[in-house]
Amino acid sequence: MRIATTRAPRLRLGRALLNQGAKSEEPDMASATTTTTMMRSAMPAGRVHQKAGLLEDERWFAAALLLPTAVLLGLFIAYPFFQGIWLALTDTRVGVPGNFVGLKNFEKVWNDSIFRTAVWNTCWYTFITTIVKLVLGLWLAQLLNRHFKGKAWVRAFILLPFIIPTVLSTFAWKWMFDPTFSVLNWLFWQMGFITKRINWLGEPDLAFFSIIVVNIWRGVPFYAISLLAGLQTISPELQEAAAIDGANAWQRFLHITWPLLLPVTMVVTLFSVIQTFADFQLVYVLTGGGPANATHLFATYAYQIGVGTGLLSEGAAISLAIFPVLFIVVLLQLLYIRRVETR
Amino acid sequence: MARVSRRSLLKVTGTTAAAATTGGLAGILASGRAPAYAQTSTVHWLKWNDFVPAADEHLRKKAIPEAEKALGIKITLETINANDLQARTTAAIQSKSGADLIMAFNSNCQLYAESLADVTALCEAVGPSQGGYYDTMKGNCHDGKNWISVPYCVIPGLIAYRKSWFNAVGATTFPATWEEYRAVGMKLKAAGHPLGQTLGHTFGDAPGFAYPFMWSFGGKEVEADGKTVAINSKETIESVKFMAGFWKDAHDEGGLAWDDSSNNRAFLSGTIAATLNGASIYIESVRRAAQYMTEDGKEMRTDIAHAPMPRGPGGASAFHGSQSTMVMGYSKNQKAAVDFLRWFHTPANFEPWFTSQKGFASGPTKVWETNKMWDEDPVMKPFRTAASVGRVPGYAGRPNQKAAEALTKYIVVDMYAKAVQGMAAEASVSWAEGELKKIYSV
Repeated sequence: MRIATTRAPRLRLGRALLNQGAKSEEPDMASATTTTTMMRSAMPAGRVHQKAGLLEDERWFAAALLLPTAVLLGLFIAYPFFQGIWLALTDTRVGVPGNFVGLKNFEKVWNDSIFRTAVWNTCWYTFITTIVKLVLGLWLAQLLNRHFKGKAWVRAFILLPFIIPTVLSTFAWKWMFDPTFSVLNWLFWQMGFITKRINWLGEPDLAFFSIIVVNIWRGVPFYAISLLAGLQTISPELQEAAAIDGANAWQRFLHITWPLLLPVTMVVTLFSVIQTFADFQLVYVLTGGGPANATHLFATYAYQIGVGTGLLSEGAAISLAIFPVLFIVVLLQLLYIRRVETR
Repeated sequence: MARVSRRSLLKVTGTTAAAATTGGLAGILASGRAPAYAQTSTVHWLKWNDFVPAADEHLRKKAIPEAEKALGIKITLETINANDLQARTTAAIQSKSGADLIMAFNSNCQLYAESLADVTALCEAVGPSQGGYYDTMKGNCHDGKNWISVPYCVIPGLIAYRKSWFNAVGATTFPATWEEYRAVGMKLKAAGHPLGQTLGHTFGDAPGFAYPFMWSFGGKEVEADGKTVAINSKETIESVKFMAGFWKDAHDEGGLAWDDSSNNRAFLSGTIAATLNGASIYIESVRRAAQYMTEDGKEMRTDIAHAPMPRGPGGASAFHGSQSTMVMGYSKNQKAAVDFLRWFHTPANFEPWFTSQKGFASGPTKVWETNKMWDEDPVMKPFRTAASVGRVPGYAGRPNQKAAEALTKYIVVDMYAKAVQGMAAEASVSWAEGELKKIYSV
């Protein structure tokens, strides 16, 4: 029996083994043509035959393969994105088709004190959590990269905060921060650290601190596991060689681990920044943007304006305001990754 | 053996999938609406989970089957989390498909006015024949010309308080003015049982407290013309100053982070002495009488009483919650939906539902004040006429779409919250003025 062949050199060995009955050990172009001819002759004649001919053209075949993805991306990413841009340029309210108003919504949003708070909040929120998550994640990955008993279990457990649906775990945190029943307050009080309740979600700064803590808790596993995967691709021989040459642990980290891990770190950070910047569930559940708008992020404020107040156009303008910032971040990081790859 | 090569398999499945994807979704997109699932004579009714579960059970087990029989239609009741209601409404209106009847809280129906069916005929048949709708209901559900949503019920807010603790600090009757209430609250807080209130971003309790507090000092968002922002007044500043001190002196300071259920839990766990709320605290204490006890081992329900909000320099005020039912403009079943509402609001059919509320919800019309249900429990008696006092956001103007926007942006609530957090009263009022002007100037 014959199988359809490809020209990928990597498959040659396997194919050679399978093709024991075949005469040629180097099928390549000649063999591919033979196979296609056989395929064609096996197919019913007529319309299908023509289509098969069309698909033989690599450009068409590639296009056909890409089509489902392109359609999905177009429908669920591109269409809503352009719809969002259009909405932001109109004065659409819920149930009322709007007229084109140019950049008026952006102007209104720009002069909105709550929006400015949300901008600052989002930037700080992303900046602080990303750094802490990276440091903690890297540290955790280093620890997990060692050999110890029950390694597999620990690695699995580390992932838990990431696996549990965010809304559920955030509700658990909400209880821990509850002004009246906080288990954290109870614990600190029992240990004698505090004499009166800490108002975790009621003081603006503390509330902001609280959402940052929860975000870090949820995000560290993603960093840890991804970086661990990266660490495992670094050959231990390099470390050993450096150790023999007298490099201490810090030097080995700085000159071997860090540079080799950098491409992975960049990708992980990229994903994390995008996710954190557009975070919604955590703040929505914990504070609803309060107290007095102290914890609003882009997404929660856009939701409040767009869905709560029904001003779809303004809500769209607020969420689009994320776009330039994210675009620059993504661009810088992708350029950097590309440079690393081509080096 | 039939040859199925990789390429031929890909070709067949790929084209089928692509056809299905593009054909199906493109069709939906072209028609501009989501697929219609239940557009026969089935009326789809969407509302939140009632805070009194027995009331929803009554709807499912009795009222709806009876209505189906009487009207020859099918009714599907869907109940969801209160916080999800607005998102569902927005999505339904934008896609022009979904439930035929959707519940609206307070003045939210004003946000959707253009997308609702006119229900004036029904409301003018029900209201006058039942003693007239409360002002709260008319304010929320009428757009100045027509009725846009059918009043369902009022959920009055009164202060629930612990009689024994108030007695212990010398308050044998409930304080009549804010000054007196503050003085009592100071003593209560010193005794370890502060007053409890939220100024967080919650749809119910925070506006229910902040708005009438402002009104009772004589403050208002806008002039009667409904356009001129008038919040930056001596009266409002006075109220904000009072609140900042009142909060520190007498309140549980955790309240800035409370949601709509936090004060219920704090009260029932014996942490706070009083809170403005619907009747749910007392109703829960009755429902699980053995679970909620006072320090001296008595059932807590025997120690709870209700009183209206104290008076301020500007008189007594209240902002009661209310529910109404919107007949959606896109609905193909408007007639059946209106028929059902007419059936439901007929006294004989409405009464069993009203009774199942045990006083948590008052009727939308005044005739229900005379119902014998109110004789069942003297503790609930203050709720009987509570709905007759009350204003709606947007005062002194009409509660239009602008007022609803200010409400959903928590501007009045945040004005107080900012002052409580230490901002000068003048500054927080002028912040609120700026925000309101942005809303009303467009």
